Amino acid sequence: MAGFRATSGGATARFAAVQATIIRDLVGQMVELIGDDGEADPGASDPAAAAAAEPSAPGAAQDGPVDPDELAAMIGLSDNEKLPDDPVLARLLPDAYSDDPEAAGEFRRYTEQGLRSAKASAARTVLATLPPGGGRIRLSEPEAQAWLRALNDVRLALGVRLEVTDDFDERADEIPPDDPRSPYVAVYQWLAFLQESLVRALS
Amino acid sequence: MSVAPAEVERPETEEKAVPDSPWVTIVWNDPVNLMSYVTYVFQTVFGYAKPKAEKLMLDVHHKGKAVVSSGAREAMERDAETLHGYGLWATISHDS
Repeated sequence: MAGFRATSGGATARFAAVQATIIRDLVGQMVELIGDDGEADPGASDPAAAAAAEPSAPGAAQDGPVDPDELAAMIGLSDNEKLPDDPVLARLLPDAYSDDPEAAGEFRRYTEQGLRSAKASAARTVLATLPPGGGRIRLSEPEAQAWLRALNDVRLALGVRLEVTDDFDERADEIPPDDPRSPYVAVYQWLAFLQESLVRALS
Repeated sequence: MSVAPAEVERPETEEKAVPDSPWVTIVWNDPVNLMSYVTYVFQTVFGYAKPKAEKLMLDVHHKGKAVVSSGAREAMERDAETLHGYGLWATISHDS
Protein backbone atom coordinates (compact mmCIF):
# COMPACT_ATOMS: atom_id res chain seq x y z
CA MET A 1 0.00 0.00 0.00
CA ALA A 2 1.16 3.51 -0.76
CA GLY A 3 0.08 5.16 2.46
CA PHE A 4 -1.75 8.46 2.66
CA ARG A 5 -1.45 11.29 0.22
CA ALA A 6 -2.75 14.82 0.38
CA THR A 7 -6.01 15.91 -1.20
CA SER A 8 -7.34 19.46 -1.47
CA GLY A 9 -9.44 18.99 1.65
CA GLY A 10 -7.49 16.41 3.67
CA ALA A 11 -5.97 13.04 2.87
CA THR A 12 -6.75 9.80 1.09
CA ALA A 13 -5.51 6.21 1.21
CA ARG A 14 -6.56 2.79 0.03
CA PHE A 15 -6.76 -0.13 2.45
CA ALA A 16 -6.99 -3.84 1.77
CA ALA A 17 -9.64 -5.63 3.80
CA VAL A 18 -7.04 -7.28 6.02
CA GLN A 19 -5.41 -3.92 6.71
CA ALA A 20 -8.76 -2.40 7.62
CA THR A 21 -9.41 -5.32 9.94
CA ILE A 22 -6.11 -4.85 11.74
CA ILE A 23 -6.59 -1.11 12.23
CA ARG A 24 -10.22 -1.43 13.29
CA ASP A 25 -9.30 -4.17 15.76
CA LEU A 26 -6.48 -2.18 17.38
CA VAL A 27 -8.40 1.09 17.43
CA GLY A 28 -11.45 -0.71 18.84
CA GLN A 29 -9.28 -2.07 21.62
CA MET A 30 -8.10 1.48 22.25
CA VAL A 31 -11.68 2.67 22.72
CA GLU A 32 -12.26 -0.10 25.24
CA LEU A 33 -9.02 0.52 27.08
CA ILE A 34 -9.45 4.26 27.29
CA GLY A 35 -13.06 3.73 28.37
CA ASP A 36 -14.45 7.24 28.62
CA ASP A 37 -17.59 6.36 30.49
CA GLY A 38 -19.04 9.73 29.59
CA GLU A 39 -21.08 10.01 26.43
CA ALA A 40 -19.60 6.74 25.28
CA ASP A 41 -21.71 4.55 23.09
CA PRO A 42 -20.38 1.14 24.05
CA GLY A 43 -21.65 -0.36 20.81
CA ALA A 44 -19.83 2.07 18.55
CA SER A 45 -16.90 -0.23 17.97
CA ASP A 46 -18.65 -3.54 18.18
CA PRO A 47 -22.40 -3.71 17.53
CA ALA A 48 -22.45 -7.46 18.16
CA ALA A 49 -21.06 -7.06 21.67
CA ALA A 50 -23.55 -4.31 22.46
CA ALA A 51 -26.45 -6.42 21.21
CA ALA A 52 -25.26 -9.33 23.29
CA ALA A 53 -24.84 -7.18 26.37
CA GLU A 54 -28.25 -5.58 26.36
CA PRO A 55 -30.53 -8.49 27.24
CA SER A 56 -28.25 -9.44 30.13
CA ALA A 57 -28.80 -6.09 31.82
CA PRO A 58 -32.49 -6.10 32.64
CA GLY A 59 -33.89 -2.90 34.07
CA ALA A 60 -30.51 -1.28 34.61
CA ALA A 61 -30.73 1.45 37.22
CA GLN A 62 -31.84 4.28 35.00
CA ASP A 63 -34.46 6.17 36.99
CA GLY A 64 -32.73 6.82 40.30
CA PRO A 65 -31.64 10.29 41.38
CA VAL A 66 -28.76 11.91 39.53
CA ASP A 67 -25.67 9.80 39.90
CA PRO A 68 -22.89 11.97 41.37
CA ASP A 69 -20.36 10.13 39.24
CA GLU A 70 -22.34 11.01 36.14
CA LEU A 71 -22.52 14.62 37.24
CA ALA A 72 -18.78 14.72 37.80
CA ALA A 73 -18.26 13.16 34.40
CA MET A 74 -20.53 15.79 32.83
CA ILE A 75 -18.37 18.61 34.08
CA GLY A 76 -15.21 16.71 33.22
CA LEU A 77 -14.04 15.78 36.71
CA SER A 78 -12.75 12.37 37.62
CA ASP A 79 -11.87 10.70 40.89
CA ASN A 80 -8.55 9.62 39.53
CA GLU A 81 -5.55 11.28 41.06
CA LYS A 82 -3.03 8.50 40.51
CA LEU A 83 -1.07 7.39 37.51
CA PRO A 84 -2.87 4.32 36.10
CA ASP A 85 -1.33 0.95 37.00
CA ASP A 86 -1.60 -0.34 33.45
CA PRO A 87 1.63 0.75 31.75
CA VAL A 88 -0.21 1.48 28.50
CA LEU A 89 -2.71 3.75 30.23
CA ALA A 90 0.13 5.32 32.20
CA ARG A 91 1.79 6.23 28.90
CA LEU A 92 -1.42 7.52 27.32
CA LEU A 93 -2.44 9.49 30.42
CA PRO A 94 0.89 10.57 31.92
CA ASP A 95 1.51 12.65 35.01
CA ALA A 96 1.95 16.34 34.22
CA TYR A 97 4.19 16.97 37.24
CA SER A 98 7.06 14.57 37.67
CA ASP A 99 8.20 15.90 41.05
CA ASP A 100 4.96 16.98 42.70
CA PRO A 101 2.45 14.16 43.26
CA GLU A 102 -0.13 16.52 44.72
CA ALA A 103 -0.10 18.83 41.72
CA ALA A 104 -0.07 15.81 39.40
CA GLY A 105 -3.17 14.44 41.14
CA GLU A 106 -4.98 17.76 40.96
CA PHE A 107 -4.14 18.12 37.26
CA ARG A 108 -5.37 14.61 36.60
CA ARG A 109 -8.66 15.24 38.40
CA TYR A 110 -9.39 18.14 36.08
CA THR A 111 -8.03 16.81 32.79
CA GLU A 112 -8.10 13.02 32.66
CA GLN A 113 -11.76 12.71 31.79
CA GLY A 114 -11.43 15.15 28.90
CA LEU A 115 -8.27 13.49 27.68
CA ARG A 116 -9.90 10.07 27.69
CA SER A 117 -12.92 11.43 25.82
CA ALA A 118 -10.74 13.12 23.22
CA LYS A 119 -8.73 9.96 22.63
CA ALA A 120 -11.84 7.79 22.42
CA SER A 121 -13.42 10.29 20.05
CA ALA A 122 -10.39 10.24 17.73
CA ALA A 123 -10.48 6.43 17.78
CA ARG A 124 -14.19 6.46 16.92
CA THR A 125 -13.50 8.75 13.97
CA VAL A 126 -11.19 6.04 12.59
CA LEU A 127 -13.86 3.38 13.07
CA ALA A 128 -16.47 5.60 11.42
CA THR A 129 -14.35 6.42 8.36
CA LEU A 130 -12.69 3.05 7.71
CA PRO A 131 -15.14 0.44 6.38
CA PRO A 132 -14.47 -3.12 7.62
CA GLY A 133 -13.92 -4.20 4.03
CA GLY A 134 -11.33 -1.51 3.35
CA GLY A 135 -11.23 0.36 0.05
CA ARG A 136 -10.31 3.96 -0.73
CA ILE A 137 -11.12 6.39 2.05
CA ARG A 138 -11.16 10.17 1.81
CA LEU A 139 -10.67 12.12 5.00
CA SER A 140 -11.45 15.75 5.72
CA GLU A 141 -8.68 17.59 7.50
CA PRO A 142 -10.29 17.22 10.97
CA GLU A 143 -10.80 13.51 10.31
CA ALA A 144 -7.21 13.16 9.17
CA GLN A 145 -6.03 14.91 12.37
CA ALA A 146 -8.09 12.46 14.42
CA TRP A 147 -6.53 9.57 12.50
CA LEU A 148 -3.08 10.94 13.22
CA ARG A 149 -3.72 11.06 16.97
CA ALA A 150 -5.45 7.68 17.05
CA LEU A 151 -2.68 5.97 15.05
CA ASN A 152 -0.16 7.50 17.43
CA ASP A 153 -2.08 6.25 20.47
CA VAL A 154 -2.21 2.74 19.02
CA ARG A 155 1.53 2.86 18.31
CA LEU A 156 2.21 4.09 21.85
CA ALA A 157 0.19 1.19 23.21
CA LEU A 158 1.97 -1.35 20.99
CA GLY A 159 5.28 0.30 21.87
CA VAL A 160 4.71 -0.31 25.57
CA ARG A 161 3.65 -3.91 24.99
CA LEU A 162 6.58 -4.60 22.68
CA GLU A 163 8.96 -2.76 25.02
CA VAL A 164 10.15 -0.57 22.21
CA THR A 165 13.42 1.25 22.85
CA ASP A 166 15.45 3.64 20.73
CA ASP A 167 17.33 0.78 19.07
CA PHE A 168 14.14 -1.16 18.43
CA ASP A 169 14.51 -1.24 14.66
CA GLU A 170 17.78 -3.14 14.98
CA ARG A 171 16.44 -5.44 17.68
CA ALA A 172 13.20 -6.09 15.78
CA ASP A 173 15.11 -8.05 13.16
CA GLU A 174 16.30 -10.44 15.85
CA ILE A 175 12.81 -11.40 17.01
CA PRO A 176 12.24 -14.90 15.59
CA PRO A 177 9.16 -15.45 13.42
CA ASP A 178 7.65 -17.88 15.96
CA ASP A 179 7.86 -15.30 18.78
CA PRO A 180 4.32 -14.24 19.81
CA ARG A 181 5.42 -10.61 19.43
CA SER A 182 6.52 -11.12 15.85
CA PRO A 183 3.26 -10.27 14.04
CA TYR A 184 2.86 -7.17 16.20
CA VAL A 185 6.32 -5.98 15.27
CA ALA A 186 5.29 -5.98 11.62
CA VAL A 187 2.06 -4.18 12.45
CA TYR A 188 3.90 -1.63 14.59
CA GLN A 189 6.30 -0.86 11.77
CA TRP A 190 3.54 -0.69 9.20
CA LEU A 191 1.57 1.76 11.37
CA ALA A 192 4.69 3.92 11.65
CA PHE A 193 4.91 4.02 7.87
CA LEU A 194 1.21 4.85 7.65
CA GLN A 195 1.44 7.60 10.24
CA GLU A 196 4.53 9.05 8.58
CA SER A 197 2.67 9.25 5.27
CA LEU A 198 -0.25 11.00 6.99
CA VAL A 199 2.04 13.55 8.65
CA ARG A 200 3.51 14.28 5.24
CA ALA A 201 0.06 14.59 3.66
CA LEU A 202 -0.98 17.11 6.31
CA SER A 203 2.26 19.14 6.36
CA MET B 1 22.65 18.87 13.56
CA SER B 2 21.96 21.46 16.21
CA VAL B 3 22.67 20.61 19.80
CA ALA B 4 22.28 24.10 21.18
CA PRO B 5 20.08 24.40 24.25
CA ALA B 6 16.42 24.98 23.55
CA GLU B 7 15.75 28.50 24.63
CA VAL B 8 12.14 29.31 24.23
CA GLU B 9 11.61 32.91 23.47
CA ARG B 10 8.27 33.92 22.13
CA PRO B 11 9.37 36.51 19.62
CA GLU B 12 6.56 39.05 19.86
CA THR B 13 6.68 39.53 23.61
CA GLU B 14 9.81 41.59 24.03
CA GLU B 15 8.10 44.36 25.97
CA LYS B 16 6.55 41.87 28.37
CA ALA B 17 9.22 41.33 30.97
CA VAL B 18 9.96 37.66 31.43
CA PRO B 19 8.84 36.72 34.94
CA ASP B 20 11.84 35.96 37.12
CA SER B 21 10.89 32.34 37.55
CA PRO B 22 8.44 31.27 34.88
CA TRP B 23 6.81 27.91 34.54
CA VAL B 24 7.88 25.71 31.68
CA THR B 25 6.45 22.84 29.69
CA ILE B 26 8.96 20.08 29.02
CA VAL B 27 8.61 17.37 26.38
CA TRP B 28 10.49 14.14 27.08
CA ASN B 29 11.98 11.77 24.57
CA ASP B 30 10.24 8.50 23.94
CA PRO B 31 11.19 5.81 21.47
CA VAL B 32 7.80 5.55 19.77
CA ASN B 33 6.81 9.01 18.58
CA LEU B 34 8.00 9.74 15.05
CA MET B 35 10.35 12.67 14.59
CA SER B 36 8.17 14.04 11.81
CA TYR B 37 5.09 13.76 14.01
CA VAL B 38 6.70 15.54 16.97
CA THR B 39 7.79 18.37 14.66
CA TYR B 40 4.28 18.55 13.23
CA VAL B 41 2.76 18.72 16.72
CA PHE B 42 5.07 21.59 17.77
CA GLN B 43 4.09 23.49 14.63
CA THR B 44 0.38 22.80 15.09
CA VAL B 45 0.12 23.38 18.85
CA PHE B 46 2.47 26.34 19.25
CA GLY B 47 2.42 27.78 15.74
CA TYR B 48 6.22 27.52 15.63
CA ALA B 49 7.87 27.78 12.24
CA LYS B 50 9.23 24.49 10.93
CA PRO B 51 12.93 25.22 11.68
CA LYS B 52 12.15 26.04 15.30
CA ALA B 53 9.84 23.03 15.66
CA GLU B 54 12.52 20.79 14.16
CA LYS B 55 15.20 22.16 16.45
CA LEU B 56 13.04 21.49 19.51
CA MET B 57 12.27 17.98 18.24
CA LEU B 58 15.99 17.29 17.79
CA ASP B 59 16.69 18.60 21.29
CA VAL B 60 14.09 16.19 22.65
CA HIS B 61 15.58 13.37 20.61
CA HIS B 62 19.25 13.96 21.42
CA LYS B 63 19.11 15.39 24.93
CA GLY B 64 16.15 13.48 26.22
CA LYS B 65 13.98 16.54 26.77
CA ALA B 66 13.37 20.13 25.74
CA VAL B 67 11.53 23.14 27.10
CA VAL B 68 8.85 23.80 24.51
CA SER B 69 6.99 26.70 26.12
CA SER B 70 7.22 28.95 29.13
CA GLY B 71 4.93 31.37 30.92
CA ALA B 72 2.14 31.35 33.46
CA ARG B 73 1.37 28.10 35.21
CA GLU B 74 -2.19 27.92 33.85
CA ALA B 75 -0.94 28.35 30.29
CA MET B 76 1.64 25.60 30.81
CA GLU B 77 -1.05 23.28 32.13
CA ARG B 78 -3.08 23.93 29.00
CA ASP B 79 -0.02 23.21 26.85
CA ALA B 80 0.69 19.96 28.69
CA GLU B 81 -2.94 18.88 28.38
CA THR B 82 -2.90 19.59 24.64
CA LEU B 83 0.39 17.72 24.18
CA HIS B 84 -0.97 14.72 26.10
CA GLY B 85 -3.86 14.77 23.65
CA TYR B 86 -1.29 14.27 20.87
CA GLY B 87 0.42 11.50 22.81
CA LEU B 88 3.56 13.47 23.63
CA TRP B 89 5.05 12.97 27.08
CA ALA B 90 4.92 16.47 28.59
CA THR B 91 5.42 17.72 32.13
CA ILE B 92 5.29 21.11 33.81
CA SER B 93 7.82 22.49 36.21
CA HIS B 94 8.82 25.67 37.89
CA ASP B 95 11.96 26.94 36.28
CA SER B 96 13.62 28.23 39.43
